[in-house]
Amino acid sequence: MNSKRSTSSRRWLYVVLTLGFVAVITPFVWMILGSFKGEGELLKVPPTWWPESATLDNYRDLFNKESFLRYFFNSTLVAVCVTIGNLIFCSMVGYALAKLTFRGKKVVFLLVMGTLLIPSMVTFVPLFVLVANLGLIDSYPGLILPFLVTPFGVFLMRQFIIGLPDELLDAGRVDGASEFRIFRQIILPLCGPGLATLGILTFLGSWNNFLWPLVAAQTQDYYTLPVALALFSTGQNVTPHYGILLAGATVVVVPIVIVFLIFQRRFIEGIATTGIK
Amino acid sequence: MATPAPARSPVASKPQTARRRPGRIKGSSSRRHKGSALQSKAAWILSLPFLLLFVVFTAWPVISSLYFSVTDIKSRDLRSPFAVSFVGLENYAKVFGDETFRKSAFNTAYFVIIGVPLTLGIALAAALALDKGITRFRTLFRVGYFTPVVTSIVAVAVIWRFLLQPDSGLVNTMLGWVGINGPNWLGSTTWSMPSLIVMASWRNFGTAMIIFLAGLQSVPVMLHEAAAIDGASTWQRFRHITLPLLRPTLLFVSITTGVGYLQFFEEPLVMTKGGPLDSTISMSMFTYKQFGFGNYGFAAATSYVLFVIIVALTAAQFRIFRSNT
Repeated sequence: MNSKRSTSSRRWLYVVLTLGFVAVITPFVWMILGSFKGEGELLKVPPTWWPESATLDNYRDLFNKESFLRYFFNSTLVAVCVTIGNLIFCSMVGYALAKLTFRGKKVVFLLVMGTLLIPSMVTFVPLFVLVANLGLIDSYPGLILPFLVTPFGVFLMRQFIIGLPDELLDAGRVDGASEFRIFRQIILPLCGPGLATLGILTFLGSWNNFLWPLVAAQTQDYYTLPVALALFSTGQNVTPHYGILLAGATVVVVPIVIVFLIFQRRFIEGIATTGIK
Repeated sequence: MATPAPARSPVASKPQTARRRPGRIKGSSSRRHKGSALQSKAAWILSLPFLLLFVVFTAWPVISSLYFSVTDIKSRDLRSPFAVSFVGLENYAKVFGDETFRKSAFNTAYFVIIGVPLTLGIALAAALALDKGITRFRTLFRVGYFTPVVTSIVAVAVIWRFLLQPDSGLVNTMLGWVGINGPNWLGSTTWSMPSLIVMASWRNFGTAMIIFLAGLQSVPVMLHEAAAIDGASTWQRFRHITLPLLRPTLLFVSITTGVGYLQFFEEPLVMTKGGPLDSTISMSMFTYKQFGFGNYGFAAATSYVLFVIIVALTAAQFRIFRSNT
């Protein structure tokens, strides 16, 4: 009897979980389907589910009239540069903090820990003044430089490298290898999983980053995808084109979801061990 | 979230600051000394790019933000940010006297106080179901529930604006099927905030769920079995075994979620522009608007208020959870 009851409660659990799954996925499915609908169909009451007459007009307008191709390129370029910078610089400091003894190590570590939680809201005003005075507003360096290293990345790499056995380093040192050689030829090759996690999470963070590109890109040439989408959707002088907006949202969401689905194991492990958003 | 808001995970190992000194080569003391001097030099060279970028783009802005907040710097002072006049705490006085700011503080509190428990509740329920309740399709559910987390809040807000439309929106259409006449969600001062909270929970619960799942791994099965033999119900076991053991995880997740929600910005910006009648304007949005008007000093002061609240809340949560353990 007991097992019977647990079978039926398990069935209910599946029903609830499936409903939750539908609730989570439906908005995305609806977004993709809507991006192929014409303007008239999107305003219909009641709304249609499947496009009555699928059209690519929204995407055509998005890329031809609204230069989303440029924004896509900007987003990709910034995310790639930021990711590479974090991989290199954060693993360098991570190694120093994890395995080397040096004067001032405590200070560096406290700096990293103390600034892990500083919200970008606190720094963006003076950062804007600084970057403006450097003449970097409306430039790729202006979008990239402030994110080239992150305390989070340093912390993640330190935690990873500290778990690597000291014996490997000692062996290298006995052989007379310099610290840089040990880092490059012994440590880095073992950092694969740590670097993968850092790379994926950094790329994601950069792709979705909003506040800084919103203030640092003043002309359309340097908009990233989220900035373009937000400004386009809140534009006051134009009546919003619903189809184009949904197509724009699809262009922002779908690439990163594909990346996520490919690397989902590493994503989820990364979140579980570091707790980053 | 623009910047990740990470912290040490309770499931990860403790940072080992007081670790034995690595890499000492056995030998004469002079050789050892030389070795450690070389190591010190190498460490600084390895840290140099980070330190430079960090000092310029993080440390400096944090300090100058505090400085800005006690000056009357405006956008026209951009070229000479140190030629502005010192106004003491005037900006802060103005912040607290500003009715829109008080409204934004109230909205932010509303968002956090309802949003955090809701998000964590959904996340915990999903984690418990996926951890013990089911065997099949576990990965599918986990990946599905996590998907909204990786998507841009701006894009999500655009989608939800359509879903919540009064006539042609999916939500009201579905409510219509069961005979409910849904309101104009985003156009109503009553419903706009709950709409944003539900959307934020929908997007963010996946993160907390994954961390809870990791935390649940550390709850020994043996304890549950023993309690079950003693006749404890599922609820009793959850209440007296799972929940206490999950306390550090709960602390961590509530802090990171709370810190994130305190800064909510994209949701009202894209969905409501803070309206109707300022019913969804957040503190971050208020700061951003003042920045847009060119009132940099005033904007810096508002952002510092938010910063202090974030730090205070984090500290308070630490105390509450610590004292009960």
